[in-house]
Amino acid sequence: MAEDQGDIAVDIDHVTKRYGDFTALADVSLAIRSNEFFTLLGPSGCGKTTLLRCIAGFEDITLGAIRLYGDNIVDLPPNKRPVNTVFQQYALFPHMDVTRNVMFGLLRLGQSEAAARKRAGEVLDLVQLTQFADRLPAQLSGGQQQRVALARALAPNPKVLLLDEPLSALDLKLRQAVRLELQQIQQETGITFIFVTHDQEEALTMSDRIAVISDGRLQQIGTARDIYEEPDNKFVADFIGETNLIDVTVAGIDNGQATCTLPGGNHFTCPAAQGAHSGRGHLSVRPERVSLSDPAQGLLTGTVSRLIYLGTDMHVDITLTDGEVVTARVQNSAGTRIPAMGETIGLNFEAGAARLLID
Amino acid sequence: MARKPDLRRFPGFLAVTLLCLFLLYAPLVIVAIYSFNDSPSITLWGGVSLRWYEDVFWGLEADKFKRAAINSLTIAAAAATTATVIATMAATAMLRAGQFRGRSFSFGLISLPLMVPEIVTAVATLIFFSAIGFQTGILSILIAHIVFCIPFAYLPIAARMEGIEDVYEQAAQDLYATKWQAFRLILLPLMTPGIVSGFLLAFIISLDDFIITNFVKGAGVETLPTAIFGAVKQGIKPNIMAISTLLLMVSITFVTLSYFAGRMGQNRKSNPTGET
Ligand SMILES: Nc1ncnc2c1ncn2[C@@H]1O[C@H](COP(=O)(O)OP(=O)(O)OP(=O)(O)O)[C@@H](O)[C@H]1O
Ligand SMILES: [Mg+2]
Repeated sequence: MAEDQGDIAVDIDHVTKRYGDFTALADVSLAIRSNEFFTLLGPSGCGKTTLLRCIAGFEDITLGAIRLYGDNIVDLPPNKRPVNTVFQQYALFPHMDVTRNVMFGLLRLGQSEAAARKRAGEVLDLVQLTQFADRLPAQLSGGQQQRVALARALAPNPKVLLLDEPLSALDLKLRQAVRLELQQIQQETGITFIFVTHDQEEALTMSDRIAVISDGRLQQIGTARDIYEEPDNKFVADFIGETNLIDVTVAGIDNGQATCTLPGGNHFTCPAAQGAHSGRGHLSVRPERVSLSDPAQGLLTGTVSRLIYLGTDMHVDITLTDGEVVTARVQNSAGTRIPAMGETIGLNFEAGAARLLID
Repeated sequence: MARKPDLRRFPGFLAVTLLCLFLLYAPLVIVAIYSFNDSPSITLWGGVSLRWYEDVFWGLEADKFKRAAINSLTIAAAAATTATVIATMAATAMLRAGQFRGRSFSFGLISLPLMVPEIVTAVATLIFFSAIGFQTGILSILIAHIVFCIPFAYLPIAARMEGIEDVYEQAAQDLYATKWQAFRLILLPLMTPGIVSGFLLAFIISLDDFIITNFVKGAGVETLPTAIFGAVKQGIKPNIMAISTLLLMVSITFVTLSYFAGRMGQNRKSNPTGET
């Protein structure tokens, strides 16, 4: 799915958004494909909501363009943009019952009362809320309100649906159930979803592609696998899952392969992120890709400084001679040798497991 | 942290409280009780009767009071309606148009009449009307009432609107509503309790007003408060107590309704406890 280029649904073209002299979005460029489940991922305050609000039309952008299927929409008011939003706080109209809430957009588009009612019934069926059609929002649970908000935004069949952390108010179990539901609905309706979250697990499990944002800057775009396995920079490597950042000196980069010197002096060649450069740098190696060996055979050597037993696996911290700490996650299977505290040990990882980051 | 001294422990606290309450309410209670007095004296008790209420409605001065009451109610209804519309528009501009230059100045302007001594407003209004050669009468009373009712209507309306997050209107606009539709279909219904409360408050303020009315009413036009004042000047008859009691009842009813209207729908919110 991710490889299928298809139409570009939303083209964010060098968008900058400033509030006074605070820059909330700095020169962000993104192309979101038609029918894609696209996620904006980043820590709180990084500008995710701001970007969604720029697409929906609630914020004017300072620089750049936003195109929807080729048309620049930056000058259109929100009600002229064929884009709907599921708000972070749902924003269901408190004085209207569920059906009226869902019919609202349809009536504004000029549908007849009967047609709007029929369509609202269909959408409520899709989100399994038919039996709550006559309730007021205040008479619904958080999860049900979330589904009404989704139904209300889906009813007008928008070209693009914007979802701002729609699951953050739900408890863990419900969140997992609704995740699947959302994915299913996205596939059934074929609507392009732009989904905002600060939860990396949510992003990894649901999305076709993810854009990682930090401090208003785009850090990396790619599939869940790309971002986890081939992070471009320290922020992405660290934000998505756990990683070891190992200080290295890079002698040169040739054809995407970096030749570097590890702490302790061993030479090592591994893939480099596009844009990485020679000199001092960092390798990212996931803990589960680090294996333990005799000190003599290790790429790195150090002493075991911490052991955490986690049942199915073990967390082993090894302090290298220069003081850096590397974490290994060792499977707790039959043949595994469990290291002892204070033991001197060797660390290994394959070239494919390491990646030189952009510094 | 030191415990707050318990106010009730101060010597004489109870006595002072009772004295205050007594001074506040005793006159009202006495007027209400004596309005049922079956005696032409205002001090001697002659048994219970409704004769002074009959006198108000069918007695010698009934016509005068009736005309004054109709004037009062008409003016109150018109002034409160107009003031409520203006206050709603003002609140929308103040709270929904974003930051604009002179915003706090405008707020000061709206609430200033609450702080200016009424007699000053009364004199100024009269001078203003005569300066522009405006004929005093019902219309001049109405205009003056609209002006001083605006802040009273504004406060409950603005308080209500402040409690409504603008995400509802944004949701409406996101769902293809124009700004006007978002206002009419979403904000206005959500604001209704505040608007009703503001209207009732403005109504009762207009109905009860004496000072400004007395200055700008012109000859021959009376409202209930000025009619009562006129009657009292010729000596207090028990029918004044009856009519005052009636006015008191109307006031209490409206203030109570206004209070409940303002509280109505306070817990009708659809927000989950999610962060923003
Ligand atoms: N109206 C505004 N005026 C000034 N600064 C603002 C405004 N709106 C947002 N910001 C700032 O822009 C930055 C990005 O805000 P935004 O709401 O987009 O964050 P977010 O990524 O959605 O965070 P969260 O996950 O907490 O919702 C924040 O630092 C915020 O303080
Ligand atoms: Mg946000």
